[in-house]
Amino acid sequence: MINAKMLRQALPFLSLAVVLVATFIIQPRTMSYFGLNLMLQYAVPIALATIAQMFVITCNDLDLSIGPFVGLVSCIGATLLLDNPVMGVAALVALILVYAAVGGLIQARNLPSIVVTLGLAFIWLGIAVLILPSPGGKAPQWLKSLMALQTPIIPFPIIAAVVIGLVIQFALMKTSLGVIARGAGGNPVALTRAGWSMFKTKAILFGIAGFFGVLSGLSLLGLTTSGDAHIADRYTLYSIAGVILGGGNFIGGRVSPMGAVIGALTLALAGSFLIFLRISPDWQIGAQGAILIIVLALRALVTRGGQVAA
Amino acid sequence: MTRVTRLAREAWPWTFLAAFAVWLATITYTGGQGSGAILTAALSFATFSVIVGLGQMLVFTSGPGNVDLSIPATITLAGVVAMKVMDTDNARLLIGIAAALGAAFTVGLANYALIRVLRIPPIIATLSSSFLVLSTAISYGRGIRIKPPPLLADFATARIMGVPLVAIFTVILSIILAQILLRTVYGRSLLATGQNARAAWLSGLDPERTRLITYVASALLAGVAGLCLSGFSGGAALNMGEEFLLASIAVVVIGGTSVAGGKASVPGIWGAALFMYLLVSMLNTFGASAGIRLILTGVIIIAVIVAATRDTGGR
Repeated sequence: MINAKMLRQALPFLSLAVVLVATFIIQPRTMSYFGLNLMLQYAVPIALATIAQMFVITCNDLDLSIGPFVGLVSCIGATLLLDNPVMGVAALVALILVYAAVGGLIQARNLPSIVVTLGLAFIWLGIAVLILPSPGGKAPQWLKSLMALQTPIIPFPIIAAVVIGLVIQFALMKTSLGVIARGAGGNPVALTRAGWSMFKTKAILFGIAGFFGVLSGLSLLGLTTSGDAHIADRYTLYSIAGVILGGGNFIGGRVSPMGAVIGALTLALAGSFLIFLRISPDWQIGAQGAILIIVLALRALVTRGGQVAA
Repeated sequence: MTRVTRLAREAWPWTFLAAFAVWLATITYTGGQGSGAILTAALSFATFSVIVGLGQMLVFTSGPGNVDLSIPATITLAGVVAMKVMDTDNARLLIGIAAALGAAFTVGLANYALIRVLRIPPIIATLSSSFLVLSTAISYGRGIRIKPPPLLADFATARIMGVPLVAIFTVILSIILAQILLRTVYGRSLLATGQNARAAWLSGLDPERTRLITYVASALLAGVAGLCLSGFSGGAALNMGEEFLLASIAVVVIGGTSVAGGKASVPGIWGAALFMYLLVSMLNTFGASAGIRLILTGVIIIAVIVAATRDTGGR
């Protein structure tokens, strides 16, 4: 007998499998190295943004600024990083430090993260528009070559997604730092009584989120090859959806890194799937909403079934 | 405690004071030129933020972390439905309004159903439904931009002695809503539910019914905003709701409504909306670029929430 918890954990993988198989059936040509590469390349930046969001959700907060942040990173990458690599890297490091400082501020003053990150969203967008008033700039060559990497047998996006997912899964689930991080969401009071600083923990978690936001922006820039302040505005919603699709909870520090990556892949694939179905692009976003609702409904069913059994 | 000190502890008088200060700075810079025109424009644009802000305020008040992310999509859907059904014909005005509000009503019901049946946080429920609503609007609104019927356009752009008619209408709506919060069973239940849903339930209130009304009201207000906005700007556009996601949250928070739930402020929304618009026009007058305006908006939102949280002793 499969228990509810296992079913719940398997749900993200099953969702991805269903979308993937359905895509293969409708368009068998996608079942190739080239097809998968094309369908999944934009999943890499989305997955990285989802991971960033996941670290913020781990400590019971929400980041509404990750989309504009990814856009800002793409703008810096396409201008400063290209012209003056040292200054570019310094700017990106400074951004990560700002993220960490905001995490600390939210903890120290007990602020609602939704509002603070909403303000941050304006600030990121403002800086990005100052750097690049209209889309432009150029991606550094190394970024373009990295994102166009032709790995043997298995396409690069799949390798990247699996490696990202596994590394973070290990870091968050098996290391002591990961336990503290999840404890920050699960029971902050217990964590403080055990002698850990919530201030430091939250600053570190937000800093990590900023780091993955930077990675997301750079990988997106490698694909698009030019910067744009508004390029990732949708990423805020995608990243939240990805974490939830992957089995994460909003409260209690219950998140799943591998699930989050899988959730991001599912969302990215759903787009291609609908094009193959010849459903008009008008329904692209709608279908992603529908997938989200279906997965949540299944989860509610599984959870309730588990409660009845117990 | 005197009346003045009590007033000073509330957030909303400060928002009006800030709005006034920003306006004063602007007209000092221009040497008094266009001082009335700036106010008229501020009232016109602030009104739309106020209408959706009122709905967002109800949702915020219903509990900690509650937020309606489907407002922009609902604005767009209502605008598109209204323009298509009305088809520039004055005679079809009422049917169009009914259709637009009907669509908004459905969104509100669906939001509540998702929260209740799937037991998911409102932010996720309204996020998922907004995807579907936006797609419906895009798919339904394909094709040429349809103008609003003359009557609706006249209503949305009319002014009485420099004051936009829509602003007067929204002031009346705000007063009614403030009275509802203060005096009706729904209003009291909403505040009680927001403070402690379980305590509200134990004392015989019906939190579920309260939440249902809240999400429907928020969607209906977004629908009204969509109607007025498409009349004001000469038709519905598929991105017309976009800016109101952040704006609706910003005016509610700056206006002093508690993010933790259970505390609402109707006048604060007016003050905050006027302040936000006047600030932008001040920066425009000073010749600041779009980037600077955005950065300052963000800094102000964060500064306000830091200040507000200290005043209430760290909620």
